Amino acid sequence: MAVTETKKMTTLQVQRFKPSENPTNNYLTDEKGVWAWMTTVDHKKIGLMYLASVAFFFALAGFLAIALRTELWTPAKTFIEADTYNQLFTLHGAMMVFFVLIPSIPAALGNFIMPMQLGAKDVAFPRLNLASFYIYVIGAIFTFISLSMNGFDTGWTFYTPYSSDANSAGVIWVTLGVFILGFSSILTGTNFITTIHKLRAPGITWGRLPLNIWALYATSIIQVLATPVLAITILLLSFENIMDIGIFDPALGGDPVLYQHFFWFYSHPAVYIMIVPGFGIISEVISTFSKKTVFGYWAIALSSLAIAFIGFLVWGHHMFTSGQSAVATTVFSFLTFLVGIPTGIKILNWVATLYKGSIEMKTPMIYVFIFLFLFSIGGFTGIMLGALSVDIHLHDTYYVVAHFHYVMMGGTLIALLAGLHYWWPKMTGKMYNETLGKISAVLIFIGFNMTFLPQFVMGAQGMPRRYYNYIDQFQPFHQTSTIGSYILAVGFLIILYYLSKSLINGEKAPSNPWNSRGLEWQSTSPPDFHNFDHTPVVINHPYDYHKPMEEFQLGIAVSHNGHGEHHEEAVSEETEKA
Amino acid sequence: MANHSASQQVHVQHHFVDSDQQFDSAKLGMWVFLVNEILFFGGLFCAYIIFRVWYPELFTQAALELNKVWGGVNTIVLIGSSLTVAMAIRSAQKNQIKGLRINLMITILLACVFLVIKYFEYEHKLHLGIAPGSFWNPTPEVLAVLDHPKANIFFSIYYVMTGIHGLHVLVGIGLMIWLYIRAGKGHFNSEYYTPVEITGLYWHLVDLIWIFLFPLLYLIE
Amino acid sequence: MGRLFDFMLPENKSPLTADSTDGLFHFINEVSLIILLGITIALIYFAIKYKRKSEDDKTPVIYHNHALEITWSVIPLLITLVVFGWGYSGWLNLKAVPADAYEIHVTGFKWNWAVNYENGAQTLNEVHVPKGRPVKIVLQSRDVLHSFFVPDYRVKHDVVPGRYTYVWFQAEETGESQIFCTEYCGTSHSDMLAKVIVHEPDEFETWLELNGGGPSGTPVEQGEALVIQQGCQTCHSIDGSPKLAPSFKGLFGKQEQIVDGSSLTVDENYLKESILNPGAKIVSGYNNIMPPYEGLLNDDEVTNIIEYIKTLE
Repeated sequence: MAVTETKKMTTLQVQRFKPSENPTNNYLTDEKGVWAWMTTVDHKKIGLMYLASVAFFFALAGFLAIALRTELWTPAKTFIEADTYNQLFTLHGAMMVFFVLIPSIPAALGNFIMPMQLGAKDVAFPRLNLASFYIYVIGAIFTFISLSMNGFDTGWTFYTPYSSDANSAGVIWVTLGVFILGFSSILTGTNFITTIHKLRAPGITWGRLPLNIWALYATSIIQVLATPVLAITILLLSFENIMDIGIFDPALGGDPVLYQHFFWFYSHPAVYIMIVPGFGIISEVISTFSKKTVFGYWAIALSSLAIAFIGFLVWGHHMFTSGQSAVATTVFSFLTFLVGIPTGIKILNWVATLYKGSIEMKTPMIYVFIFLFLFSIGGFTGIMLGALSVDIHLHDTYYVVAHFHYVMMGGTLIALLAGLHYWWPKMTGKMYNETLGKISAVLIFIGFNMTFLPQFVMGAQGMPRRYYNYIDQFQPFHQTSTIGSYILAVGFLIILYYLSKSLINGEKAPSNPWNSRGLEWQSTSPPDFHNFDHTPVVINHPYDYHKPMEEFQLGIAVSHNGHGEHHEEAVSEETEKA
Repeated sequence: MANHSASQQVHVQHHFVDSDQQFDSAKLGMWVFLVNEILFFGGLFCAYIIFRVWYPELFTQAALELNKVWGGVNTIVLIGSSLTVAMAIRSAQKNQIKGLRINLMITILLACVFLVIKYFEYEHKLHLGIAPGSFWNPTPEVLAVLDHPKANIFFSIYYVMTGIHGLHVLVGIGLMIWLYIRAGKGHFNSEYYTPVEITGLYWHLVDLIWIFLFPLLYLIE
Repeated sequence: MGRLFDFMLPENKSPLTADSTDGLFHFINEVSLIILLGITIALIYFAIKYKRKSEDDKTPVIYHNHALEITWSVIPLLITLVVFGWGYSGWLNLKAVPADAYEIHVTGFKWNWAVNYENGAQTLNEVHVPKGRPVKIVLQSRDVLHSFFVPDYRVKHDVVPGRYTYVWFQAEETGESQIFCTEYCGTSHSDMLAKVIVHEPDEFETWLELNGGGPSGTPVEQGEALVIQQGCQTCHSIDGSPKLAPSFKGLFGKQEQIVDGSSLTVDENYLKESILNPGAKIVSGYNNIMPPYEGLLNDDEVTNIIEYIKTLE
């Protein structure tokens, strides 16, 4: 703190703002009532509205998953018909991907946390942010309309010509729904990129961005670059259904493999839209709960960008058996391994961060450990699927199902849970029951592995995905998996219980319960409507745990001459040099 | 942020420090959005390229059905409108609100001319039964010139590309009418003309896409 | 033999893929297991060893360590390069069909596999192959995407409407192997199963001759054979039990309600139209799911099928 700091204090009018433990006002009390929520442009409230919607769709799609697993208890019909089953797995996939995973971390947690980590009052375009949310809602409404029109049973990938032949009305509505939803994602990405570029508080250089921001930045780039291609693909598919334009339909001269190229050009990067923000959360949580600077800051930050860019060049690995050209197959396989490397580096960096740390196993940290274990398995099995000869055998079997659940659920959703538990005190101003938190984390870990480990085995044995009936030899695996899914459900119900309880009568949260150095923790819990009642100034790396807390609570001293802006610029120049 | 209230201008939103930051943000946001627009059309161009590689003779034949003259006129009309929109921004920068409104009005008119010409082109084609996909039902005269089994796919691509582009023109007209009204209410001056600037960017992109569409669809030899 | 992850794969009946698929599968699994154990042990060890003692714990500042980072970037890179090369060469084998391969045509349609042999023999959902000889399966689809998967031979390929694709394998022992459809294709996707049946070479020749040539027997017998061969019974029962389409039992002469509201009596002309162009008049309560047989069956064959349906009263 001593020399340099004093210099700045005197010449640049920086002062310490210790967050109040008993704020009189916060964003929740600022404007009240349903209408105020519905028309709010506050990024925090919009984030919470996304969070509630994501939770709703997760519960719904999770319930469908339980129904699917129950149906698979016996090899033939257990309690639902084949057509219903096919619609349910389609709906489960489509909802989890488009309504849960894609908006989960960026739009829900990201919306809330990102401006706070940047020391900004809001995102760059608050009204656009609200519009994104309503576009998401409209997309959801279209999907429900589709359900009322006989639904759709195409699988979430909408492969042609199946999707352009059968049961058009349902498919048209849901594809239009996904088209609309895409704009929600695009606008959120646009908003975030602009915010990160233009709205950083004085002193936050690119080298001082929290890793969560780097992750969201990489994600936003993918959202902006990939989602429009999905939009046009889905639009063409809708046209194909409405007026048989024939671009994807072989009966009219089109090419179904072209559809797959278009679809995966978006949908593979979309996998990174889902997982990369999770990486950001892991970096934040692991640093806070080991009280230590993150090992390999630049490696983690830049590998997010590397993943974002290489991620655009590997879509063809979903199509090794589809009949794409041999050259394409070779190149896609090769690039797939290249994208695995930065991901592996991240995991090792996080493990190294723990070395000689001061580790506290609170609930968010337990989720980080679960993440590292499950996501590693997801990564290794991804390598397996990238290997050409092996993928020929494993493609479209339960092995793939297990793999993407390990990545998407063991990765993204576990990271989301880590982030939710980590930022919950900040978002709500309430603490939750730590014991129940740990119990549910363990249940989720056990249930998850019990559900999906057997799927690796039966997949490698040959069990194809999207099967309503199956041959008898797979029954023990399916039954283990079904029991596992029930344990998983119990774990989530416990979370629902104690988080609801926390909302109603949870213990009051201090402003910084985990003693984090992160800027978002240097405001009150819950934060003020404008996030901070001062303009924060940052002079350190976000994970400099060897420096005293005071240095992370700086802000521009209230100036009396009305020339505050001038001083801000001076600070940012100074601090860049420092 | 009490320290900024003194220097804040009317049009600076609460979460920006000053008008420069707001202007830069809006401009960056628009550029990012334009990148996304380019990728959106990129998908269509990709489909175009693939089908052209598969059926090169189809594209040269089918292009004969498109009217080069009216396509050319439309190109000039759109380039002209890009010029007037640039002049509108210039007027705003120089605080000439009257010039701003006149230029916006000319741009709107040119955009309408574009759409009217496009309408007559469509009308003519549909009259001949040149429709997309399964609605393909050409008259014998058309068939005499264009007898290709995949002709309907060319026109599917044609209608989708020009149709989505037309939709963008329509959105542009809406935006400029909104600007025109706001300019009339005196919302813009040399200090604040961000909406004019970013709408201009959008309009240039719409123009640019047409400049690609015109040779790719009409001028295939 | 006797590898740690043997339990995961079905018995390998193709020597070609023993190393290139199974060997690589085991290699990746074993390397992954070692690394995963390393990570897990490190996590647990650190969590215990560096447990927080007090809120004032001081931690060392370690921003990075080039030697360590380069090591853990380069080694995985090298391993993945090995995996790539190994998988690629194995895949080339799966693509390179030997010149002397015996060719069999398989057509996927909702929800059956029709198999055609060089001498005109036809089977449904049974692919008969000779032992000890490379077999090339040429795949095509009549309707939507399917995928032809034989786990025992580690081969799979999508069946794409409008183009031919193929897989090849060489069976080294007689017996049966399961075939799955692995590309989702609608209601009965999971019942679109078939078997590879491997014969001794001379047995195969005999089998082929017995089944080759044109159909024989009375028109009704020929019709019945066609109904079995074309997989009609996937959706149409012959005993009156409800399936995805109207049962053949008692169908002829029956009064049916059509989706457009009209009704008609099932006669020869309606049956013929419904075989060649099934979408024309759908019986209400059913969906339009049947592929058209226009161009696939000739007039005699259609007549024989109708004669057969007439006998199911």
